[in-house]
Amino acid sequence: MSNKSVHKTGLQWLGLGLFCLALLLFTAMLGLESYTITSDVLPEGSNKYQKAAIAKAAKDLDFTGQTFGSPFEVKSAYHEVFTKAQGALEATFEKSGAPDDLGEWDFKLGDGYFKDQLFPLIRSSSTGPITANPWLWFGLTFGLGILGGLLYILPKFSADPGIKNDHIYHSPLTRGLTLTWRSVFLGFTIIGVLAYGVTYMSGQWVWPAVTAGVAILISVLIFIVQNSAKHTPQRSASPDMASGTLGILGGTYLIVFYLLLYWSPYLITPWVIMVNPLTEFLSGGSASQWSVYGTLYTVIVLVMGVRMWSKYQHNKYQLVRTGSVMFFQTGFAFLIPDLMSRLGGPSVDLKLIWPLDYSFFFDWNLNSLLDSGTFGIFLLGWGVALIVIGVPVLTYFYGKRWYCSWVCGCGGLAETMGDPYRQLSDKSMRAWKYERFIIHGVLVAAIVMTAAVLYHFFTGNAQIWIFNAYDIRKWYGFLIGAGFAGVVGTGFYPLMGNRTWCRFGCPLAAYLGLVQRYKSKFRITTNGSQCISCGNCSTYCEMGIDVRYYAQRGQDIVRSSCVGCGVCSAVCPRGVLRLENGDDTDQFRADETRAIHITADSVGIL
Amino acid sequence: MHIVIIGNGIAGVTAARHLRKQSQHEITMISGESEFHYSRPALMYSYMGHMRSEDLKPYEDWFWEKNRINLKRAWVETIRFNEKQLVFADGSTMNYDKLVLAVGSTTSYYDWPGQDLDGVHGMVTLQDIEAMERHSEERLKRAVIVGGGLIGIEMAECFHTRQIPVSFLVREESYWNRVLPPDESTMVTKHIQRKHGIDLRLETELSEIWGDGDGKVKMAVAKGGEKFPCEFVGISAGVKPNIEWLSFSELELGRGIKVNDHLETNLKDVYAIGDCAELIEPQPGRRPIEAIWYTGRMMGETVAYNILGKPTPYRPGIFFNSAKFFDLEYQVYGSTPNELPENQSWFYWQHPTEDKAIRLYWSKASKAVLGFHLMGIRYRHEVCEAWIANETNINEVVEHLGLANFDPEFYEEHEEAIVSAFNAQEGTSIKLKSKRGLSGVQRFLKKLTSKSTARV
Repeated sequence: MSNKSVHKTGLQWLGLGLFCLALLLFTAMLGLESYTITSDVLPEGSNKYQKAAIAKAAKDLDFTGQTFGSPFEVKSAYHEVFTKAQGALEATFEKSGAPDDLGEWDFKLGDGYFKDQLFPLIRSSSTGPITANPWLWFGLTFGLGILGGLLYILPKFSADPGIKNDHIYHSPLTRGLTLTWRSVFLGFTIIGVLAYGVTYMSGQWVWPAVTAGVAILISVLIFIVQNSAKHTPQRSASPDMASGTLGILGGTYLIVFYLLLYWSPYLITPWVIMVNPLTEFLSGGSASQWSVYGTLYTVIVLVMGVRMWSKYQHNKYQLVRTGSVMFFQTGFAFLIPDLMSRLGGPSVDLKLIWPLDYSFFFDWNLNSLLDSGTFGIFLLGWGVALIVIGVPVLTYFYGKRWYCSWVCGCGGLAETMGDPYRQLSDKSMRAWKYERFIIHGVLVAAIVMTAAVLYHFFTGNAQIWIFNAYDIRKWYGFLIGAGFAGVVGTGFYPLMGNRTWCRFGCPLAAYLGLVQRYKSKFRITTNGSQCISCGNCSTYCEMGIDVRYYAQRGQDIVRSSCVGCGVCSAVCPRGVLRLENGDDTDQFRADETRAIHITADSVGIL
Repeated sequence: MHIVIIGNGIAGVTAARHLRKQSQHEITMISGESEFHYSRPALMYSYMGHMRSEDLKPYEDWFWEKNRINLKRAWVETIRFNEKQLVFADGSTMNYDKLVLAVGSTTSYYDWPGQDLDGVHGMVTLQDIEAMERHSEERLKRAVIVGGGLIGIEMAECFHTRQIPVSFLVREESYWNRVLPPDESTMVTKHIQRKHGIDLRLETELSEIWGDGDGKVKMAVAKGGEKFPCEFVGISAGVKPNIEWLSFSELELGRGIKVNDHLETNLKDVYAIGDCAELIEPQPGRRPIEAIWYTGRMMGETVAYNILGKPTPYRPGIFFNSAKFFDLEYQVYGSTPNELPENQSWFYWQHPTEDKAIRLYWSKASKAVLGFHLMGIRYRHEVCEAWIANETNINEVVEHLGLANFDPEFYEEHEEAIVSAFNAQEGTSIKLKSKRGLSGVQRFLKKLTSKSTARV
């Protein structure tokens, strides 16, 4: 039996062990706290009547004073309390109307209030080891995880510089799934998200239904109109059976993580409590689930960035580029916004650009910027300038890589944590067809949604024909912002590759891509006829571009989806590919008719 | 017209693609080795786990049907040239109007005792790589590789990834010095010797292979008697045209299938291309058989024109090639002999610490540049070729050497150092005028085409 994995030293095994322990603790700590309800932690309502009703119901039902073992128990008990308080206010209103000239819905408790107050209730009632010692737990999870990760990664620097792809397709973590298994996972996730969407939209099933309709329409167009039914892909991620077992586990873990993060944050309050001291130290404010996410995200980008450095020692472009994404994540996404809020201003990630930052034109954001004086106006101008000047100009000179693989946070995660999974992107023609429909569809959706939001902002009229601007933006935020970018985008790293969101979903990538495709100096050039069609470039293209298709014809590669990560060039065993910013007038270089390589005279007869 | 191509390697497939591009004839491509075309140089990457076997296929499986290229998986037993008919191993037949033989190479064996034992393989075919995989999984603890060619070092790299110790027996006193000039050969030799688990044995030749009594490899014995216990012997002492099955026919054979300038054999409507073809009159400075990926591709394109009535002589242009020795990339353009011919000069620069080197060749008389030999540095095919084709003066080449640099962005450009070393050797005072970058290359190439230079 030969060894089908890369040799690991004792220190590396120790690192791996510590990392697993940290992950275990990180997961297990969600169940370690208990929840004691005191009158201090009860929701206060928006007026004294609501407060009193909740307090009374809590007392009547013996909610106050109780200690619960899990957030689920708190939720169900609190639900009874809330319903009772709601009923009491309802009865009062029926009998004598609202006092103090309160409107009906200012007096009564709306259903939404239950959901809004669940997270703060559970968080503030939390007692136990994590509340008692958040820094200890931070050390045991983040600290131990970082230590383990570095112990595992640092010895890799002693290896000879060169391509490090040995055994990727032998490993159950990185070898991916068969087309069938992948479809099963994707199908269940989509159906699950849409089904939950009905609840999320308070029973308005029309939005999930329209989305499902669009999905079916796209499939019909691709399979029947574009004849893809006859073109079953072979070069999809498909090893034997469901042998990518660790990948499946990892993907499932990530998917569950995102589901909790977006839609059930009340279940992850121990994490929030754990990072709270750090957030207070940095921003002066208290932590939310987004502080957990931001801290985790940054730590992962940094540690896995070091891994990138060790893996691509032979390629200076990768070293510099990885340094760039680490810098932008740590500085622009993590530290600067905290600093801004410490200074009392609006807290903004200066590198986020609409339409990826889909809430940029939402009324609350515009109002917040407009209310923040000169600095707010500057931020508004900055955001708009990035959209109308930054994107076209920089993309003209450097291609979309200046953003996607050098600056962007989603890209940063994909290029660091996602690097082990880059080979899982589907290279088939069918996947490319899906990609073009979906990503441009999302761009259109983002524009329509923003137009509706702005129409509402300027006219004050939320109703546009049969649509409501609030519903449109709520559904967009749910489906694209959370479902696509988060759950599928990152959760599917080990299942469909690290750029699933960037490739199929990101509307900013679509916009950058249009500029790159039609007006940019950027291209990947092929070194004459040196290609041996080996396929390493295609295999390791995270955007699913069949790079070899072009390289073996001697064509320059000008594709809207290319994020310019440069890995095709880094893994080419013959030095065939180079990312370049050249003269964009030589369009013939990207023509398919470029002859292979027989001499000029003979080509002349063609 | 029914055009039949035997062999689905790069030569056959390129022929089929160009035939389809320019005609509506019926095209059939036959292979016994694999159902679909795959990239032969990429075989090693499937063994090393860089790619899955389906990733080796440059075209999706539906490509062939869509382009109406019939694929047939079968071994051709014999060809009845008079009746224009193929006979398959199962006895069935197929008629053709034009026949292209693109049957490739096989591993050369030199009648070593024991070479038929279970566990002796080359690394040329899909079956070879499957055998390597099977042996690795079953019983392989040590491997011996025989022959210091390009395939041998790839096999060594394969076993290295699975931590299988390798004894690498090379006949020469330095790795591949029949092709590489001395400094470069030394550089690669040292590069191999630094790899843990690779025991490079120079000036060592295989004498015989011993079995274990069950017909399995147990030991390789070198001339001189040294014994190497092993469970696998990899053979990489060159390849030869796969033509044994064609002997006793009317087809004229030498070491390969003899073809003229138009890739026609001695038989009407029968062509031969790729590794199996032996040119009766090769271009000056070129060998009659060049078993190289790139020449296979060029022959495939050329034969398509000839079959379709557009007589086109085979002109492979300026030689180029590339390879990789573990982590060390290698590229050549033009003529780069391992020993300096009398009427030529050369210049060699080597990086003081890293495995990087460049060697330039030029004519003593005309000063025209003749070749580029590169280790660990990537140079641009278009530029090097244009310089050689235009017989550009070596001083002008050196002056603009940066134009040829094809290393990725942020890589250190060594041309300044190279130019000053060149000045020191030649007593010139050249200043580097061009740096790396596509825009400069585009201007350079445009200027050339506007002069409408005659290419070779």
